Amino acid sequence: MLIVNTIQKDLKSDNYLVVCAALTAVCKLINEETIPAVLPQVVELMGHGKEAVRKKAVMALHRFHQRAPSAASHLVSSFRKKLCDNDPGVMGASLCPLYDLVSADPSSFKDLIISFVNILKQVAEHRLPKSYDYHNMPAPFIQIRLLKILALLGSGDKHASENMYTVLSDIFRKCDSSSNIGNSILYECICCVSSIFPNSKLLEAAAEVTSRFLKGESHNLKYMGIDALGRLIKINPDIAEEHQLAVIDCLEDPDDTLKRKTLELLYKMTKSSNVEVIVDRMIGYMINITDNHYKTEIASRCVELAEQFAPSNQWFIQTMNKVFEHAGDLVNVKVAHNLMRLIAEGFGEDDEGADSQLRSSAVESYLRIIGEPKLPSLFLQVICWVLGEYGTADGKFSASYIAGKLCDVAEAYSNDNTVKAYAVTAIMKVFAFEIAAGRRLELLPECQSLIDELSASHSTDLQQRAYEMQAILELDVHAIECIMPMDASCEDIEVDKTLSFLNSYVQQSMENGAQPYIPEHERSGMFNVASFRSEDHQRETTSHALKFEAYELPKPSAAPKSLPVLLSSSTDLVPVPEPTYVQEVHQAASLPSVSDAGAAELKLRLEGVQKKWGRPTYSNPSPSASSSGSSSQKPVNGVTHQNGLGTLTSQTRDTSYNSKKSQVDPEKQKLAASLFGGSSSKTEKRPSSSHKTPKPSSSTIDKSHGTTAKVPNAEPALQKASQPPPPDLLDLGEPTVSESTPVPDPFKQLEGLMESDQVSSNDNHTAATTNPIDLMGLYSNTPTTGPSVNILDLAAANTGDMNLLSEFSNPISKNTETRSTSSTVVPPTKKGPNPQDSLEKDAVARQVGVTPSGKNPNLFKDLFG
Amino acid sequence: MIRAVMVMNTQGKPRLAKFYQYLPPETQQDLIRRVFAVLSSRPDNVSDFVEADSIFGPDSRLVYKHYATLYFIFVFDSSENELAMLDLIQVFVETLDKCFKNVCELDIIFSFTKIHTVLDEIIFGGQVLETSSSEVMKAVEEIARLEKASNAISLVPKSVSSWQTR
Repeated sequence: MLIVNTIQKDLKSDNYLVVCAALTAVCKLINEETIPAVLPQVVELMGHGKEAVRKKAVMALHRFHQRAPSAASHLVSSFRKKLCDNDPGVMGASLCPLYDLVSADPSSFKDLIISFVNILKQVAEHRLPKSYDYHNMPAPFIQIRLLKILALLGSGDKHASENMYTVLSDIFRKCDSSSNIGNSILYECICCVSSIFPNSKLLEAAAEVTSRFLKGESHNLKYMGIDALGRLIKINPDIAEEHQLAVIDCLEDPDDTLKRKTLELLYKMTKSSNVEVIVDRMIGYMINITDNHYKTEIASRCVELAEQFAPSNQWFIQTMNKVFEHAGDLVNVKVAHNLMRLIAEGFGEDDEGADSQLRSSAVESYLRIIGEPKLPSLFLQVICWVLGEYGTADGKFSASYIAGKLCDVAEAYSNDNTVKAYAVTAIMKVFAFEIAAGRRLELLPECQSLIDELSASHSTDLQQRAYEMQAILELDVHAIECIMPMDASCEDIEVDKTLSFLNSYVQQSMENGAQPYIPEHERSGMFNVASFRSEDHQRETTSHALKFEAYELPKPSAAPKSLPVLLSSSTDLVPVPEPTYVQEVHQAASLPSVSDAGAAELKLRLEGVQKKWGRPTYSNPSPSASSSGSSSQKPVNGVTHQNGLGTLTSQTRDTSYNSKKSQVDPEKQKLAASLFGGSSSKTEKRPSSSHKTPKPSSSTIDKSHGTTAKVPNAEPALQKASQPPPPDLLDLGEPTVSESTPVPDPFKQLEGLMESDQVSSNDNHTAATTNPIDLMGLYSNTPTTGPSVNILDLAAANTGDMNLLSEFSNPISKNTETRSTSSTVVPPTKKGPNPQDSLEKDAVARQVGVTPSGKNPNLFKDLFG
Repeated sequence: MIRAVMVMNTQGKPRLAKFYQYLPPETQQDLIRRVFAVLSSRPDNVSDFVEADSIFGPDSRLVYKHYATLYFIFVFDSSENELAMLDLIQVFVETLDKCFKNVCELDIIFSFTKIHTVLDEIIFGGQVLETSSSEVMKAVEEIARLEKASNAISLVPKSVSSWQTR
């Protein structure tokens, strides 16, 4: 505060030196937050009488622009204006911010090209006061800045470039190359020429200047020359030819910077004809430097060039070997994998013979190298892999020889687990191929000891590999041929992500009365209470086994599962706290589930991770529910199964599952996208709250059963009750749930059910009519069955693309069904709830949705007679 | 833009360090050390440019000049020209020379405020402000006069003290 105050005072000072000092301080001390405090004053100072102040003010504003582009965005026009300031110094200062602006967006400054060219011309013609000369060069820094700006503006723009040609050739002619600063302007001209639309005359001049640079004695000039050459060969590769010797000289130079620059140049001019020499040079340089940063860079360049221009496979492999040997672990892992793939697959167009030749040459070279001490880990991994895969392929080397080598590797690098793992797997492969080829296998003592050692390893990975190897060694020829086919690395492995091979198992267990799987997120909070677990355990297992299936159409089935949770921990309605998730996974792992189930579980988790937005997936079970009546029975099934009452319906359900899956998908995607906002979470919440009812006491369950059983008359009533409009399900759902759960009274519980049902159908309704006030009228109609059907019809008509109509007219549809359908209707019609809307709706919901408790007793009478 | 200006002696003792972007002091010291390590390993009569990507991050170059016992180092990015920067070092040194009549390391140590003033007249917020040493001299002299005057009658001491404390 004090600083800002002082600066403000000083900026207003009469003494221009004080103002200058203040501006300097401004540059250094003012940050994003305090810019607004001084900005107006600094802008004002741009009109100050003293040019020194104006100059500094412009630069201070430039600084502001750098610090906070948004705060100073309105200054662009004033920068442009300052370009016409009558003091060249101020004009020069304004070039700095303009350069930044132009480099950010060249297209919007094309109109200034003419003025830039004019200024440059005037400067170059010595039209500025003598005081701006520097070593007889007129205002060199302004010239350089202008040339840089012109280079940006003229690149790829023929018309704009034409304006510059004359002035550029003027500068080429006039600049004296005896002074340092003259050369710097010449160099800048070359940069400009090479970046604007090419002009043969200018290029000629540029090439001439470049050769002068290269022939110069000074290292600085050589450096600039190399850099300029690098720019020019992009336009005309032939220019480099005449400078070959100079370039080679530079490459031999003791100056590190120059060498690097030259290598960069060589990298740019690499062709398939000269790649061997250049890569050789690069590797040679790479070996000699210690700087990791450059080593990495050069290594990656070598690899790139080798991949791009390799004249032969042999050469390529040797090059890669060298790179790995010297740059080792600095090389990107991907490069190693690429190399392995290349050796495995060959170069593509070549025939098999060439490929196998490539492999055998690789094997040979690796066997030579492998004995050397201290190889980088990554390289060893490649070696192990190649030896394992192709070591015995051409029959030149015996299996035991290669295995022995590999054992040596594993021993020599005993603290590198990755290398050991690669080595063990390679040994395993070698032996497996041996067995498959029908040869007798004698296990070397060192191999045996290695296996023994690794089976007791601390690393589970190594242990597993060791045991796998032991197991494989005991298999017979045929089995090994099956599990380790030759050249399997080339085969594409298709991962069956849907785990469809589990379908039959799932179906079978469903027929046996197992519960459909409930996705983890719906079971949120389930394991909060430890005591609950044991009770739930039995069901858990089955549900895990079935996970996959239900994941596709999960929503209604969530009910039976989640109801216990809600009972035991009614306060804990917060969506999925992280810890619980972990717990759950843990539990799942500890479950004595079948291996298949384990696989399903694994896959599920994967799925969850991939789709962070995955929740919507189960808000959309809608299509499935609406498309067939059988699926709608699911929830009821769940309940019945829990009580061991009925497995009758489960069969139908199963079939519906499978048939549905395929048609759900595209719809799902769309829904997920549109739902991403809050609606998905709403739908998620709802099922659990509504389903809480059945569990509390067996009597309630019976009653709910009664409801479903008495369907024809009871169900319409239910639908009616659901009319009132609390559209924001999430908001509404939570309060009601917490209210109703603690009460054991079945009536109250049913009330909760009603409410949630109301919630959902309300949503349905709002979506259809989009007029919440209408709902009130409808609500008053509830006692009578007729109107409700109409409303539902209306909804169905509005969301025509789903055949809800038939669904609704279906007389046996249960309340659960209504719920599911309604939930499905909502998403498409109102995408992404906007916050204000939902607030309003929430208000309405609280008014209407929560109050119906008073009316509900009547409903119960309707329901239960 | 110019990122930093450093002056250090051949033993690696920093005599002046000015960074035009905020960096914590520890980082600054580390950078200075690394720069010195690079410079001291370079033989004489090689080019004055160093690609400093590994020290200052991408797109950074370093130009230095060796005068007697001092290295003058400018670090900047691609929006500046290497040769021009070399000349800017020249301008800086010339100006100092005029200020102190044969500048030497001791001058820089004992009158570092003046050196900062000179530098501020040449480089402003990372951009080249003035390249004529006589202009710079004029400005510096004026400031010195003002400083003297203000010390005498204690006119606007705050702003002047800001010169000294920077």
